[in-house]
Amino acid sequence: MLLVEKNAMTEEIEALVEQFGKQRSSLLKILHEIQKKHRHIPDFAQQEIARLLDIHPVEVYSVISFYAFLNTEPKGRNIVRVCQSITCDLQGKQAVCNAIEREIGCKFGETSKDKKFHLEFANCLGLCDISPAMAVNEKVYTNLTPEKAVQILNQVK
Amino acid sequence: MEDKNQRAPVSQKAHKVTIPDHPEHIGGSVTIEINEKRITVPMGTTILEACREAGIHIPTLCHHDDLCVAGVCRICVVEVEGMRTLQAACAFPITAPIKVKTSSQTVRKARRHILDLMLSEHYGECYSCVRNKNCELQNLAQEYGVDGFTFGHVTKSKYPVDESSFSVHRDNDKCILCKRCVRTCIDLQEVGVLESIGRGDNTHISTFMDKDLADVICINCGQCINRCPTGALYTNDPSDEIWAAIEDPDKHVVIQTAPSPRAAIGEEFGLEAGHSMTGELNTALRRIGFNKVFDTNFSADLTIIEEGTELILRLYQALVEKKEVALPQFTSCSPGWVKYLEHFYPEYISNLSSAKSPQQMFGALIKTHYAEKAGIDPKDIVSVAVMPCSAKKFECNRPEMVDSGYKDVDYGLTTRELAKMIREAGIHLPEMPKSHFDNPFGDASGAGLIFGATGGVMEAAIRTVVEFVTGNKTEDIFENANVLPVRGFEGIKYVEFPIGDKVGPVPELIKHLVPDWNWLKGATLKVAVAHGTANAKKIMEDIKAGGKFSECHFIEFMACPGGCLGGGGQPIPTNEEIRMKRAQAIYAEDESLEIRKSHDNPYIIKLYNEFLTDGPCSHLSHKLLHTHYTKRGKYIA
Amino acid sequence: MENKKSERSGKVLFTKYTRGESINKAVSMKRDDILLEIKESKLRGRGGAGFPTSTKWMLTAAARSEDKYVVCNADEGEPGTFKDRVLLLEYPELVFDGMVIAGYVIGAKEGIVYLRGEYEYMLFPLLDYIQGMRDDNLLGKNICGKEGFDFEISIRLGNGAYVCGEETALIESLEGHRGEARNRPPFPVTTGFMGKPTVVNNVETLACVAKIVEKGGEWFKQHGTDKSTGSKLFSISGDCKKPGVYELPWGTTINELLKIVEAENTKAVQVGGASGVCLNKTQFDRQLAYEDAATGGSIIIFNENRNMLHVLKNFMEFFVEESCGQCTPCRIGNTKLLEGVRMIESGNFTFAYINQLKELGKTMQVASKCGLGQSSPNPFISILDNFKDEILNKGNGGTNGR
Repeated sequence: MLLVEKNAMTEEIEALVEQFGKQRSSLLKILHEIQKKHRHIPDFAQQEIARLLDIHPVEVYSVISFYAFLNTEPKGRNIVRVCQSITCDLQGKQAVCNAIEREIGCKFGETSKDKKFHLEFANCLGLCDISPAMAVNEKVYTNLTPEKAVQILNQVK
Repeated sequence: MEDKNQRAPVSQKAHKVTIPDHPEHIGGSVTIEINEKRITVPMGTTILEACREAGIHIPTLCHHDDLCVAGVCRICVVEVEGMRTLQAACAFPITAPIKVKTSSQTVRKARRHILDLMLSEHYGECYSCVRNKNCELQNLAQEYGVDGFTFGHVTKSKYPVDESSFSVHRDNDKCILCKRCVRTCIDLQEVGVLESIGRGDNTHISTFMDKDLADVICINCGQCINRCPTGALYTNDPSDEIWAAIEDPDKHVVIQTAPSPRAAIGEEFGLEAGHSMTGELNTALRRIGFNKVFDTNFSADLTIIEEGTELILRLYQALVEKKEVALPQFTSCSPGWVKYLEHFYPEYISNLSSAKSPQQMFGALIKTHYAEKAGIDPKDIVSVAVMPCSAKKFECNRPEMVDSGYKDVDYGLTTRELAKMIREAGIHLPEMPKSHFDNPFGDASGAGLIFGATGGVMEAAIRTVVEFVTGNKTEDIFENANVLPVRGFEGIKYVEFPIGDKVGPVPELIKHLVPDWNWLKGATLKVAVAHGTANAKKIMEDIKAGGKFSECHFIEFMACPGGCLGGGGQPIPTNEEIRMKRAQAIYAEDESLEIRKSHDNPYIIKLYNEFLTDGPCSHLSHKLLHTHYTKRGKYIA
Repeated sequence: MENKKSERSGKVLFTKYTRGESINKAVSMKRDDILLEIKESKLRGRGGAGFPTSTKWMLTAAARSEDKYVVCNADEGEPGTFKDRVLLLEYPELVFDGMVIAGYVIGAKEGIVYLRGEYEYMLFPLLDYIQGMRDDNLLGKNICGKEGFDFEISIRLGNGAYVCGEETALIESLEGHRGEARNRPPFPVTTGFMGKPTVVNNVETLACVAKIVEKGGEWFKQHGTDKSTGSKLFSISGDCKKPGVYELPWGTTINELLKIVEAENTKAVQVGGASGVCLNKTQFDRQLAYEDAATGGSIIIFNENRNMLHVLKNFMEFFVEESCGQCTPCRIGNTKLLEGVRMIESGNFTFAYINQLKELGKTMQVASKCGLGQSSPNPFISILDNFKDEILNKGNGGTNGR
């Protein structure tokens, strides 16, 4: 990380700590914001958060590693999560996944070469009645077919 | 250790029901039935505590007396009548007249299953494990008659062993995720190196970003090792190298022994805690093949003279010469504490006494003064230090610790590792005849000895400073020269000593440094003692905020709870009772000695007459006996 | 997602309701009277465990503390459950009114909705909705003119951890920790969020409260069975023509339900989501009720073409990933159960070992630290029991396995 980037990150975290408060219960809120903006939480950011909340860096890392939606290494710009729970599985998740993998050119658990997409599975998105389902970042798509899934991803910037 | 639950990490939070102050009042206690045996306990007592009270054995793994409740291993489950599920005895506070069954069929089956599950993931063989025959998991397997691996047994290692640190090694394959190390590192020590990482079947104990232990802010105190139930954490053992040196006819191998290992090593040979084995150990070490056996207490006495003189100089500069001097002066004997300060409060390293720890002072003397006297080329000397401490291994490997022209101390050996060497040599320590230490350093004073207990350095310093400054005998002020106010296991002790109007003549030894004591007339010496880095942190935060500790003159810090006798290299298990007994052994030995003040040690006087002829804090003493520190900071690259 | 509110019908929740109605009524009542009304209704928690709501509230109301909290558990992560999604999107008035009433009854000033991260798309609509309540004095200071009754609601997002649906894990997560369940006792009713008395209720439970206050406990009790009063929202998915959320009275049998959703050739019904039990045809006459087939509302239907071992494997993979990993029975136990499933899949197993694993499952049910590990063996045990022929004998009379 460049010094300028570090300074910017520190300022950003200071602002978040200011907004949410210096107590431990702000930790996940802060992590959520950093994750949303940077698509990952770099180790420098973790240490700055730890410093400002007066906890240990390893505690921040421990929390991040617990939650599926937080990660410490950069993934793609858009995170595609296909629901792998039983109903979606029964309604043709596999065919959808195969189509997506072919279209994006990488496997699930991987990031595409152009860093545009990161593919992963999610555990139950709560859309079982309109399955199969997937989420692209915060937005959800339902009643997927292989064609529909590909079409949706093609519209993502 | 007042509040074990303060800043506890997740899930380890006890959320305990507070035990009432007066359990004898109505509603303050409750009568329960354990296996049809009735017992009355104060409200809020856990089932485990009640069972212990009633003499009923409950197996435990994640529970540790020094730590807050976790309730994660589930091996202590018991049946509570009327409850659908089994309850963890360690985590269940009694608030109603419950009926408990501790070994029903469901309970026994559950415990066996839990044990089987742990064993299925526990990689490695007992007979090649450092904790063989002192492993809580192994004990339970025996207790529950495990005769096979019900749910299989891992045949492949899952994690690499982390051997990056000079002091502490980690083998996650043996970890059972009891989180005692996490609670030790975060709650007890407030260092914060270890935590649970990941979730589900990926959960493992690790460091920030899974880095090597050497690359994070570990202070090497080894308290995690003392509390690990298995062999997942252990010290970096140099005994093979030491054996090789002993075998090598060209090497002259000397060993120094610190007081705490001597007070605890008996435990490794089946004795109750609290038996000092100084004389027996000397004989054993000679039989093993060490050429000379020296007493670290000698250099502890030397530390008192050097560090005490340094304090007097700092005070003189501040009060008389009105110079900017860093005060209070912090002790520097505990390498765990030193590294803690370097990481967490680097802006205060000028407060650290520049005097080396006794181990390193001795190291520098052995390869200079002793080598010269004995006519041995220092390059042929292998210098070993028996310490209660894992951080001493890091300390002797600090790049600056080469003032003799060689690595001052070659190997730091822990009490446990030495016990292993003694067993390997076929010696049963308690049966050894007693013998004395070797010259030219001879036996040391009781002041050096009590360095092993928290408050000991302070007491030793006071015994000397009182006599230096007032000209009175310490015995005139403190009965039997026992400075009781600085003793005991209270986390933080703060004591004031008014000097009064009567001062004595300046002793010969430091006369060239201060002309008289008039400037100390009517002054009050303020000192403090802290053990365990969590307590150290409290003092440091107070100092930062300009509180009462910032007005202290001298503060003793020890990284480990109880001081050195609770060090990370000491026999396992540890708890407050054991540490208390070790302290009693140390204080008893001190009282049995003729010479109990550092400046009365004739060998110290001799050393200043023969070798360090310019006196304490002189050029030569600074070269050999003092050091400098590194501002490390908290940032992990 | 289209709003199907107009098409929904039910007797208790899916009925006409105007925002603020029950809050207005509640503030004119004594707190104790509301508690009595809820007690009268015999309302039990809708998340699955079925703890009597009135007891929970009474304990929290009785706890002495300046600060108390109402937490709405919207971390709906159980596979096959989506009723809270519908409630929050289409009936927020019931849920939030229920929260305000809870705040009034227990004496809390702060309510927190723990919304699962997967539902982030609801965040802004819900925040808008809450702002609307503020504008109408249904939140804020002196609510509905009741002097001294102040209450605020905030929303916290989860970050993808199923176990945070367990109430103490949820509280840990709110406090900024790993979602690891706490030791109980003490319970959240006395020692919850930030160590203060806290009521944690499911979205649906709070919605029920709004209706109970509006129409009375007696009215509520008329629906359902004696022990399971009121109605239940069922999230129905899988092999049927009309999946979706249905409001049905407690006591409805599985056969009746299958008819309503037009399921054909049904072989198995998973009641209660992944952590529930799987029933076969012989059990379809069972009633959905706390006293019979208890459920948080998830019903997954499998027809004759489905491979039950595949279903079981999917469930066990879920638990291995979603276990928080702190306690031994759940962390390693689930791995062992999944290994067992894989063994069966490969044909390389013994019946004796599978029976061992079932016994292990029973230990997990009683020895795990929280509800996750206590219920995760349910599908393993029930599927292997109820579909033994299909899975272990592969329909050929037991020549598989060694």
